[in-house]
Amino acid sequence: MSIKRKSVDLKKRMQDALQGGGQKAIEKQVAMGKMTARERILALLDPDTFHEYDLFVEHAGKDFDMDKKYLPGDGVITGTGTVMGQPVCIYAQDFTVAGGSLGYMHAKKITKIMDHAMKLKVPIIGINDSGGARIQEGVNSLAGYGEIFWRNSIASGVIPQISVILGPCAGGAVYSPALTDFVFVVDKISKMFITGPEVIKTVLGEEISMEDLGGARVHAETTGNAHFFAESEIECFAQIKKLFEFIPWNNTRKAKPFPVKQPKTRTYKIDEIFPTDARKPYDIRDIIKALVDSSEFFEVMELFAPNIVIGFSRMNGETVGIIANQPLVLAGVLDCDSSDKAARFVRYCDAFQIPILTMVDLPGYLPGVDQEHAGVIRHGAKLLYAYSEATVPKITLILRKAYGGGYIAMASSHLRADFVLAWPTAEIAVMGPEGAANIIFKAEIQAAENPDEMRKKKVAEYKKKFANPYVAAAYGHVDAVIDAVDTRKFIIHALDIAANKSVHVPQKKHGIPPF
Amino acid sequence: MSKKKTERPKPADVKYDNASEYVTFVVHTAKYRTLPTKKYLSRKKWVNQEPGNILATIPGTIYKIYVKKEGKVKKGQLLLELDAMKMYNKLLSPIDGVVKDILVEEKQKVPKNQLLLVIE
Repeated sequence: MSIKRKSVDLKKRMQDALQGGGQKAIEKQVAMGKMTARERILALLDPDTFHEYDLFVEHAGKDFDMDKKYLPGDGVITGTGTVMGQPVCIYAQDFTVAGGSLGYMHAKKITKIMDHAMKLKVPIIGINDSGGARIQEGVNSLAGYGEIFWRNSIASGVIPQISVILGPCAGGAVYSPALTDFVFVVDKISKMFITGPEVIKTVLGEEISMEDLGGARVHAETTGNAHFFAESEIECFAQIKKLFEFIPWNNTRKAKPFPVKQPKTRTYKIDEIFPTDARKPYDIRDIIKALVDSSEFFEVMELFAPNIVIGFSRMNGETVGIIANQPLVLAGVLDCDSSDKAARFVRYCDAFQIPILTMVDLPGYLPGVDQEHAGVIRHGAKLLYAYSEATVPKITLILRKAYGGGYIAMASSHLRADFVLAWPTAEIAVMGPEGAANIIFKAEIQAAENPDEMRKKKVAEYKKKFANPYVAAAYGHVDAVIDAVDTRKFIIHALDIAANKSVHVPQKKHGIPPF
Repeated sequence: MSKKKTERPKPADVKYDNASEYVTFVVHTAKYRTLPTKKYLSRKKWVNQEPGNILATIPGTIYKIYVKKEGKVKKGQLLLELDAMKMYNKLLSPIDGVVKDILVEEKQKVPKNQLLLVIE
């Protein structure tokens, strides 16, 4: 046979494999408002950069007449390509082939491309669209999941791992995304749950729709499983590309620097945005935008626990991770969810050498039985642990309230923030003036002829003496009290000189964080 | 936004101009104006439970009830079995007393924390 005929044969074989589940299945996929697996990869990667591997892999099912079936690519497409010119490994489950179900060889393809990603030290992107385990392959399909989970865990903190949920992702399958760094979901398309609505109905008699149980919005707002929420697949891919602008390609490299652009201080005027009265709300994101390069703040987990804000920006061209209390929502308190959200982000930044900028304005921890019983002690401790353990440059800016335990938890100097800056409006105290005066001057207030008058007097007294940054500054807990207009300058300088920071940590296998 | 045409709207005004959405939120006697979250508004209020109130520890189906109304029970006595997660889960009496009320029947499906029996 000549090479020409051989290549005709190759083309024919490729054509068979590339058709996926066939025209009918593709039409069904489109009818559900979804792109096909291949279209998704091509939409996400730079044009003409996708190179596919393991196209001719065949499934390993032997029982239940599976050996007579042909499943192109075994329901998953794997390969390499580039995003913004940088290499990535990628896989996409193909729902048109046996519902994207995960069999032994399907998992082998995924673990192989994950191993490549680890070897080449490049990000791995997983597009999930699968009905779950391929029941016909029994325990081998469970083995497949286990192998993926193990790799997710080992690769964590070494290479960026991105999960994109573009269809069902149910049962054990959900744990791969849960172990990765960032999970992207799309409204009405993503569905994640451990047990589906039908099982819940038959076993427990509770009726709930798939969307209400584990739709995109639920995971972005309520469970915190998802980090990015999009209205469409195209918007989702744009978000992924945006994320890649901010993060480094692996844990030994720094994120790509960008040309320095000044913040848009004419749109974001601190003196107009920022109320000095500690009880008045404002949007902390506007203050962030007043300080960072080109006023660009790429928010992560925008909808979950919005009382704390996390995300990426640049300072002087370099990526920084920002964690900030949000006085606009729940007065910016720390609670179970917000502690969890912030702690994980601190660990992400620390793992990938991204300096951390913390902005503090909180009244403390959220009071309530539900919070105490939900484990606010355990969850709150995560934040203390994450900040203490982080060795990247840590810069803290205290804007207004920094009361009690909240002050300590928000990257205080005691948790080894490198520089703690405070605005003159800062109030660093063991609690708010009202509460403190009520306790300290209890006897005097009770004994007074007019207790209300006395209370007011004593609150004012306390406020004057302690509701400021100067008591903390007097003990050196705050490194500098600065004018708001000098903030950017101070932060850039602090980041600059902390860039080569080295910290001695005692030798240990690993700590025991309050998971 | 419409009333502020001459002035450049502050970014905060554009998104959060609906003042009625704000609530007063008390943390350690200080009052703050702020927006509540859905999760915060739908949180469960704490109710004190009597020790003799027997709740479903897990969602499932009542498999068998071993006590009768007005019957005496001893602490540790088997009250009923709850079929859940492929197991018959035993619910024992936490106190000595009398069964005042039985609120469920055998084969009935119950959610978690549903009141099943009252013992006094």
